[in-house]
Amino acid sequence: MKSRKRMVGEVAVIALSGGLDSHSAAEIRDKVTGQLADHEHVVVDFSGVTCVSSASIRAMLLIYRQAQALDRTVAVVGLSPEVRNVLSATGFLHFFVVAGSVADAVTAVEAKGVNQFERAASVA
Amino acid sequence: MNAPRLLRDRIDSFPTHNIAGYGVRPGRTGPFGATLVPGGVNFAVYAGNATSVSVVLYKLGDADPTAEIAIPTDFRVGRVWAVTVFGLEYEDLEYGFRVYGPENAGINDRYDPTVVLSDPYAKVLGGREEWGKLPDYDRQYQHRARLAFEDFDWEGDRPLRIPTENLVVYEAHVRGFTRHPSSGVANPGTYAGLVEKIPYLQRLGVNCVELLPVFEFDEFGNSRLNTDTGEMLLNFWGYNTVGFFAPKAGYAATSRFGMQGDEFKNMVKALHAAGIEVMLDVVFNHTAEGNELGPSISFRGLDNQTYYMMTPDGYYFNFSGTGNTVNSNNPITRDFIVSCLRYWAAEYHIDGFRFDLAAVLDRDENGVPLGNPPLIQALAHDPILRDCKLVAEAWDAGGLYQVGSFPNYHRWSEWNGKYRDTLRKFLKGDEGMIGELATRIAGSPDLYKGRGARASINFVTCHDGFTLADMVAYNDKHNEANGENNNDGANDNNSWNHGAEGPTDDPEIVKVRDRQMKNAMLLLMTSRGVPMMLSGDEVGRTQKGNNNAYCQDSELSWFDWSQVETNSGLLEFASNVTAFRLAHPVLRGAHHPNSIDPSDCGHPEVSWHGTRAWQPDWSPGSRVLGIMWCGHHLDVDASPDYVYVVANSHWDAHDVELPTVDPGFVWHLFADTAQDDPGACVLGNEEPLSNPNWYTVSPRSVVALVARPVS
Repeated sequence: MKSRKRMVGEVAVIALSGGLDSHSAAEIRDKVTGQLADHEHVVVDFSGVTCVSSASIRAMLLIYRQAQALDRTVAVVGLSPEVRNVLSATGFLHFFVVAGSVADAVTAVEAKGVNQFERAASVA
Repeated sequence: MNAPRLLRDRIDSFPTHNIAGYGVRPGRTGPFGATLVPGGVNFAVYAGNATSVSVVLYKLGDADPTAEIAIPTDFRVGRVWAVTVFGLEYEDLEYGFRVYGPENAGINDRYDPTVVLSDPYAKVLGGREEWGKLPDYDRQYQHRARLAFEDFDWEGDRPLRIPTENLVVYEAHVRGFTRHPSSGVANPGTYAGLVEKIPYLQRLGVNCVELLPVFEFDEFGNSRLNTDTGEMLLNFWGYNTVGFFAPKAGYAATSRFGMQGDEFKNMVKALHAAGIEVMLDVVFNHTAEGNELGPSISFRGLDNQTYYMMTPDGYYFNFSGTGNTVNSNNPITRDFIVSCLRYWAAEYHIDGFRFDLAAVLDRDENGVPLGNPPLIQALAHDPILRDCKLVAEAWDAGGLYQVGSFPNYHRWSEWNGKYRDTLRKFLKGDEGMIGELATRIAGSPDLYKGRGARASINFVTCHDGFTLADMVAYNDKHNEANGENNNDGANDNNSWNHGAEGPTDDPEIVKVRDRQMKNAMLLLMTSRGVPMMLSGDEVGRTQKGNNNAYCQDSELSWFDWSQVETNSGLLEFASNVTAFRLAHPVLRGAHHPNSIDPSDCGHPEVSWHGTRAWQPDWSPGSRVLGIMWCGHHLDVDASPDYVYVVANSHWDAHDVELPTVDPGFVWHLFADTAQDDPGACVLGNEEPLSNPNWYTVSPRSVVALVARPVS
């Protein structure tokens, strides 16, 4: 699993690619929570992810909790229909701001300035 | 600020031995099963007279074990083998036990070290992730124990604690509820699918969903081929438990990721948010291990003679009718059952439990009924279960019928089979039913004196037997689709087809059947006790006369959502009468009503009438009963609440004299099942009667009136 970070304005965008198994899940969790410590807004781009495991889904939840504890917003882009379905079926989807593109995600998290704990509205 | 001491700084987070390449140390004897501990996993298992126990470890997806760790005898405390194993990959782990018995094993021991046993306390079971997918029987160890994280975010969810007498129960099958293509849900036949139908349940007005078995079971257990159709008949209902602590993976959309626990919890959370409690149908009277011909899955290989009732010559007692009988009052088995229910109450926020064939749970190890069964007493008094409803199906397959006499400790309620029988006989016009009808409507004080009406779960239909639509359309069962020559299923259905067997074009028969279904619903909703309805009855669901659809994973038992439209009148009636019950507290009193006047409204709480007011006719030929309720509205300072229900099971209409109420009040019509759809109005829209003193009750119909101020 590879991850690549770039800044779009004040927003840290982390693009992931490859497979997310239990090893890489811990890696992305640490990376993203590290970014949350340094930046107010984080977007995680899953478009390049080839397959996921339950560990990676749990990693996303840990990211959410870290974000909540630090008063930050995490947006996700590029969820596969299967992953989106799993998150929805387990009630976890509404923890995230879900966007159709990185640009929309950046806009969404910047707009979150005041209400950090708003439940997800699907932006696209 | 000091950083918290890492748990790895504990002296007991390090191994003391190395076995099979893993660091291990003596484990903790509790909790039983597999528990995540700092740096490792603790395994604790009770194994009777075993001389040796190994933990068998698999990597997820592998057919064969990765390692076997023989637990040193020194790690054993009493009969519990406990070991902590370090360095395990939790997410990828499957585990089991291999148990060696003594050379001089007893006649009722069934130790078999060639089998890898599942953990009875497993929180997740793998092996049946996809419903109906043919298992690979070459794979040893079919139902594989796994670990659960149990870190679900409940976001403040708490059990609803709805008083028992205020429940309106809806008995449903998780898969059957949304599997039909017409359901339109994203994940048909699953816990997630059920969540999408919560708005429907709210509109119907129910506040408790009772789910058929959701503990892991093997739909392929006892499966067989229907030789006529060539289709495989699976165990659809699931009364054949494999794993008591694990939710059925095949009912989850997310089982591929092992997230069925989260999905189940999300379902409970969503139901609670909608004001709906969750009750589970639990099956402790037998297990999927069957008798001597059945598979060894867990209990049999751990300590057969403790967990099962065995005859002196080594056979399985069969009070469940399914092969084996759980020895539930044995202290070890009892602890298992109590732990299990505590787990579901605490971890899954479950609000109540309905115990299948509960009379089995009253018996001792030899099958002799106990007056003071320790298990039933323990459950009644358990502190963690204190807010849970406990409902007994108070009979079994061994001839023990305990409706009204189930040891109750003033906590247990019962499925009131007598309510079902009385209502059905009354509705089909049997004579001599008026007295018993009154007793049932009053909450069956003949059965539950001192326990209150809340002890009586009233029902006309349930999963066993005909659906409501079939109860009024068939004289006889038609279970040919089950492939047992129609020999299975009950024969004493007290049903009536009204002139034609099954579907008919005759408009008069169709009309009277519709009316009879509404009669059943209205009487059920205006009886003291707890009403339970069967999922689909509100839209006239039919199983084509099959009264034992346990193996019908097909359109025969799936809820057909197109009926929401085609039978919208019936559905509207059902919603309106449910709302009616919830709007009139006098119908929901926890106690049995009596002839005094606790609400000080000038009339007794309940009074009985016939075609003449204040003159009930209890004679054998009478088929008319009037029931007047007098209580208080929800707002205590408001005026008294009068409800008058008249039931006429005669083939003739009757002019019924209405009892007088307070001056300034007149009777208004809420429902008359003989009227056109829907036959019951929306709350608050009751119209005053044209004649305030008399009402003509049509043949085979039920009328409900409320008294309101003269406008």
